[in-house]
Amino acid sequence: MRGNKKWANAYLVFVFLILYTPIIYLIYYSFNSGGTMHDFEGFTLEWYKEVIGDTRLWIIVLNTLTIALLAAAISTILGVMGALAIYYVKKRQMKQLLLTLNNVLIVSPDVIIGASFLILFTIIGIQLGFTSVLLSHIAFSVPIVVLMVLPKLQEMSPTLIDAARDLGANQWDVLTKVILPFITPGIFAGFFMALTYSLDDFAVTFFVTGNGFSTLSVEIYSRARQGISLSINALSTLLFLFTVVLVIGYYFISQKSSTLYGMRGRRK
Amino acid sequence: MSCASARMMVRDPMKNSVRNVYLFPYVIWIGLFVVAPILLILYYSFFDIDGNWTLANYKTFFTPIYLKMAASSVWYAFLITFFSLLVAYPTAYWLTKTKHKQLWLLLMILPTWVNLLLKVYAFLGIFGTYGLANAILETIGIGTKQILFTDFSFVFVSVYIFIPFMILPIFNSLEELNPSLIDAARDLGASAWTTFRRVVFPLTLDGVKAGCQAVFIPSLSLFMITRLIAGNRVITLGTAIEQHFLVTQNWGMGSTIAVFLIIAMAIVVIATGNRK
Repeated sequence: MRGNKKWANAYLVFVFLILYTPIIYLIYYSFNSGGTMHDFEGFTLEWYKEVIGDTRLWIIVLNTLTIALLAAAISTILGVMGALAIYYVKKRQMKQLLLTLNNVLIVSPDVIIGASFLILFTIIGIQLGFTSVLLSHIAFSVPIVVLMVLPKLQEMSPTLIDAARDLGANQWDVLTKVILPFITPGIFAGFFMALTYSLDDFAVTFFVTGNGFSTLSVEIYSRARQGISLSINALSTLLFLFTVVLVIGYYFISQKSSTLYGMRGRRK
Repeated sequence: MSCASARMMVRDPMKNSVRNVYLFPYVIWIGLFVVAPILLILYYSFFDIDGNWTLANYKTFFTPIYLKMAASSVWYAFLITFFSLLVAYPTAYWLTKTKHKQLWLLLMILPTWVNLLLKVYAFLGIFGTYGLANAILETIGIGTKQILFTDFSFVFVSVYIFIPFMILPIFNSLEELNPSLIDAARDLGASAWTTFRRVVFPLTLDGVKAGCQAVFIPSLSLFMITRLIAGNRVITLGTAIEQHFLVTQNWGMGSTIAVFLIIAMAIVVIATGNRK
């Protein structure tokens, strides 16, 4: 086994390089004055200027962030309620049923979610656009929040609640002074996951967005379908930096809640 | 839940009503966004493009064209899952042996936070005629090849996308493994390979199953990668659904394919689902 150590490290470095090559490739050519993703001609910031001067793109970025923050906030509230609901349900079968239904959207392929939501919104008569995208982002983020919060609830000793009740706390006090503080790390993790799910989603949004409304993923897709344009590269550099900042933030939160377990369960 | 309504609940002697406050919105969510959509898909699969009730969609699905498409989609999903596992298992295994493993794991997972479409787009450049891949092929003497718009590029890019999702559950199950079991096996004379085959791998099967589930199901439905990278060479179930819903507007046929995709999903979940 000892002789394998070198091979092991070489393998890890190899996988690491493969994983990062496309990202570095994108960033490297975002500075290419040649306008292509091969033959680096000269250094330029032209593409960054183009991205920064693109008002339409910034409106889309604003849309994307608005949707993500709203969806994450609302789905966190719904998800915490869902986790509490599952926690309080006493019947084993009922609990299992709720958990199964909760997980349906997590394992469902995005096309199914997108197609079925498209039918749903059309039938209810919700116009495709901001509302439909927001509703579907809330919908697919709820189960992941539930899954992040529920283990925290189960970790909590029930005697804590009994003690609080014995000392005269009412239900509202028990919730706000005992339960919520205890599960805060789970709530933060859930909120963060919902945020990244929403920011990252392409397929579902692609189905339920109308003509007038676009998010960043959809915009990147339609630009990439037209071929290579280095302003996408410049955009990806900016997004990558933003992502790194977000991940560092998440790292500190998850350090508090002890492990990276469950980080990015599925997809996409 | 507003403050006032919460306080009202408090005065209520029935503890159940407090539970119902939580249960109510959650059950509404389940009904509206989990149960109703599946039923709607099922319902729509019985209508043709003009809105008449029919079983024709199912008949169409059982014609050779669609069956072949479904079979090749499953085959591609299998290939993608297989190669992801092949790359990810050793990675996860050796990751657990590194010194700062949580940090390394984070670095391996970090690319999943980069928008999937940007990574796919990067491969348009890498696999292009003058891109990095062909430059490498050129230097080692194989010469320029058409890589984009082939099924190879589709499988490669998909595996690339899914590797981190395979690493994570396997890493977690390896971390849960009790190291004294390995010592015991070695003490009892098992070789490194036997120890791995008879002790380590069976005990981390849950992680492998979770990873396979996280890779196989989405790879049945990837339509953006096929559209961007594989041209029209590869059509998955997802591509067909997207086509019917958004291009030809034949929601009935799209729903029928979706019904089969849901069935496939259920089978995979049951097959990989006997975890604790």
